[in-house]
Amino acid sequence: MSSRDPNHPSPTLSVAITGSGGSGVVTAGQMLLMAVADAGLYGLMGRSAGPQIRGGESAVMLRTGDHQIDCLDDHFDILIALDWLNVNRFAEEIPLTPESLIVCDPESGTVPEAIAHQGARVMALPLNALAKGVTEGRVNMVALGVIAELLGLPRQTMLSVVDKALKRKGAGVIDSAHQCINSGFDQPKSLQLRSKLPTISVPPPRWNISGNEASGIGALRGGIRFVAAYPITPATEMLEWLAPNLEKLGGALLQAEDELASINMIIGGSFGGIPSLTATSGPGLSLMMEGLGLAVTSETPVVVANVMRGGPSTGIPTKSEQSDLNIALYGFHGDAPHLVLGALDIRDCAFTTEWAVRLSEELQTVAIVLSDQSQGQARSVIDPPPAAPAGHGRKLAQANEGDYLRYRLDPEDGISPMAIPGTEGCLYTADGLEHNERGTPSSMPRDHQRQLDKRLRKLVNLDSGPSWAEIRGSGENCIITWGSSSGAAFEAANRLARLGRATRVIAIRLLSPLPENRLFEALAGATRVLTVEQNHGGQLYHYLHALRLLPDSARMLARPGPLPIRPGEIIQTMLEQY
Amino acid sequence: MSGNPVASPVTAKQFKSEIKPVWCPGCGDFSVLSAVTKALAYLALPQQNVALVSGIGCSSRLPAYVSVYGFHGVHGRALAVASGLKAARPDLTVLVAGGDGDGFSIGGNHFLHACRRNMNLTYIVMDNEVYGMTKGQASPTTSPDWAKSMLTPHGPGVPSFNPAAIALASGATFIARGFTGKPNDLAKLIVDAIQHPGFSFIQALSPCTTYRPEQNEWKKIVRPFDADVTADPIEAAQRIQADDGLSTGLIYQTRLPVWQPPNSISAEIEQLERGFQI
Ligand SMILES: Cc1ncc(C[n+]2csc(CCOP(=O)(O)OP(=O)(O)O)c2C)c(N)n1
Repeated sequence: MSSRDPNHPSPTLSVAITGSGGSGVVTAGQMLLMAVADAGLYGLMGRSAGPQIRGGESAVMLRTGDHQIDCLDDHFDILIALDWLNVNRFAEEIPLTPESLIVCDPESGTVPEAIAHQGARVMALPLNALAKGVTEGRVNMVALGVIAELLGLPRQTMLSVVDKALKRKGAGVIDSAHQCINSGFDQPKSLQLRSKLPTISVPPPRWNISGNEASGIGALRGGIRFVAAYPITPATEMLEWLAPNLEKLGGALLQAEDELASINMIIGGSFGGIPSLTATSGPGLSLMMEGLGLAVTSETPVVVANVMRGGPSTGIPTKSEQSDLNIALYGFHGDAPHLVLGALDIRDCAFTTEWAVRLSEELQTVAIVLSDQSQGQARSVIDPPPAAPAGHGRKLAQANEGDYLRYRLDPEDGISPMAIPGTEGCLYTADGLEHNERGTPSSMPRDHQRQLDKRLRKLVNLDSGPSWAEIRGSGENCIITWGSSSGAAFEAANRLARLGRATRVIAIRLLSPLPENRLFEALAGATRVLTVEQNHGGQLYHYLHALRLLPDSARMLARPGPLPIRPGEIIQTMLEQY
Repeated sequence: MSGNPVASPVTAKQFKSEIKPVWCPGCGDFSVLSAVTKALAYLALPQQNVALVSGIGCSSRLPAYVSVYGFHGVHGRALAVASGLKAARPDLTVLVAGGDGDGFSIGGNHFLHACRRNMNLTYIVMDNEVYGMTKGQASPTTSPDWAKSMLTPHGPGVPSFNPAAIALASGATFIARGFTGKPNDLAKLIVDAIQHPGFSFIQALSPCTTYRPEQNEWKKIVRPFDADVTADPIEAAQRIQADDGLSTGLIYQTRLPVWQPPNSISAEIEQLERGFQI
């Protein structure tokens, strides 16, 4: 959050832009985000697309204001339709109120019923004619001018974003974009928004970043220098960002033939002493489970960044859901203690991924980091992300220190020094078979018990410190949440507090091993507890109940994707349930 | 390779670990162990700079018996572990070993892609034409009429997989067949394979005395190819196809670009972060 009081954030404005493929919806959204950033503000831009590779309809949803924004609002203030083709597919994702403003061109037809029934005000503007009045004019640029003026963004800010964003396209393209934006600005408007964006005189330092890029930065900050992966939506952009940037740092990315390969490749890389990561989504994570068990048993640290999408099976590849908590916690066969972390928002993708790398390296085990499509493929203007706790790093064996036992039992914390190939006098064979202290395969009950104890001890002894969760607010009402629902939960708590219902939020970052005592303490005095998550089964709710951490009276708000959990929905549930 | 790996200054014994193999008496895999240690001794590689990676199966037990760094992973994924290790640590000499089931069935996809990726790895498949560890089921290299498994009482009924042909079609740059009845020849092949820049594949015919006792006959019928190694893939294909699978020697060797990660540092993280600043 920025320095402003997080409990009393000033109002924000929300814009949706829709259009068919090729109409430039995403370009317009990205430029609008750049403009609010240049104006010193913050913004969050999510996008929604159909399954088509090219030419499908798409929508961008942007919310902006003078503080960091970690969720979409309940409603949009403006919907601007470049055309109405296939807009029905997005209707549910773009809630409007009678206060909202629909901007559209009568040339594209009337407002479809799926949108119109919400009763928003409609302002007809000749968007297409204005674009045609400019040589090579594009309707998305006209729309950008209209939106910028309605929001109260300075014209010069908008124009200079065009110069930056279209630099490579040449002076002609820039000039026609300028003309289009100006015509959008100058077009007389019969309706206005109830408020405009504030102006910021001295903007704080900020970043413009996607969740996938933030995860990439976090991985590199944590020390990752080897990545092997197989492309999958919505994780691919993390890999596309990592490939060239790893190379600049002297690391490497290997495109694997499948996820069975990628997980085993990073096990190989990490066995070689290089911190290693793969990125994937649900189907890929399912394929990796056997390899992850190998990493746990052989005590080879690896990190899996799992960017969740609608599941199970191929599910809804392009849209968000928080439904991989169960597989991340319980997907292994055997008893396989490991780390599971969830990023709370786009900015937190950097912190949580970095922390996951550091914990995995220190504990010599698997870390699964959950983020999702609504974070990974969205962009946000954020305060620069903080560094994660550094930890102790990987404990390495020193050369020629006598008889080397890779899996020795005597360290109290269970962490035995790992020898990296190249180290003299520490030869050993890492093994996924149960083994004795030396690493020699063993099926003896005693070895199994002791090595299981050792691997568990590493996690039980972990002191996560305060980073295990983000806790805000106070009061008898309590929302427990994780991942991308956290932003909506914090906002709901603020609004509930203003309604006179003080509410605290516990947004859990370290999902396993869960610091049960800390959660217990954080829950002290809470009598009305609601868990909030974006999946069908209530995976967090059942997990916490199984650990007997929730009061019997706790309720759950669990709803599948792809619609984001919105603050109003949480407030309504809280008020209805309690 | 010239010279005799048997008469090397560093002894093969130094490359043998203390651990007693789980293999049955008479198993061909003993002789792969001895060929590998002879080859490493001949090359006088520092033990700590060599890694031997395997999957699961009787044959995949090999790493624990060799005094180098070892990784005994899961079934079928040895090549993936080894490829990651080599990509992350190009300085190491990386050997991979396993069975025909491990490499051609459950791990078949990795075999294809390791051949075409042409990383500098040496892959030894100890081919006994059976799943030894799970007690005698048909593998991809088992002949269609082998009816001794309860799982396939009429025989697998599927033509067997020709590893050398697949390796060639997939772009391997070093393809050889050895026989555990000739451990010194096998050791020479392994030396050549390690010295070959790129992916080298050795199919080591390794009899399973327990589930395929008839393979004891191999020592009478296995013979060297009657032609020298070729760099011509068409000639190699003809030779492989014309053979009954029991001729040994280096069949095909060529040079192709070796996949290896670029190695140049040109930025610090702070510079990458600056790209996100507004
Ligand atoms: C995922 C998985 N499936 C099945 C098995 C059971 N399994 C262990 S070894 C093996 C086959 C071994 O045959 P091969 O690779 O030819 O090696 P050999 O034992 O003959 O040396 C099988 C099927 C396993 N360990 N893991």
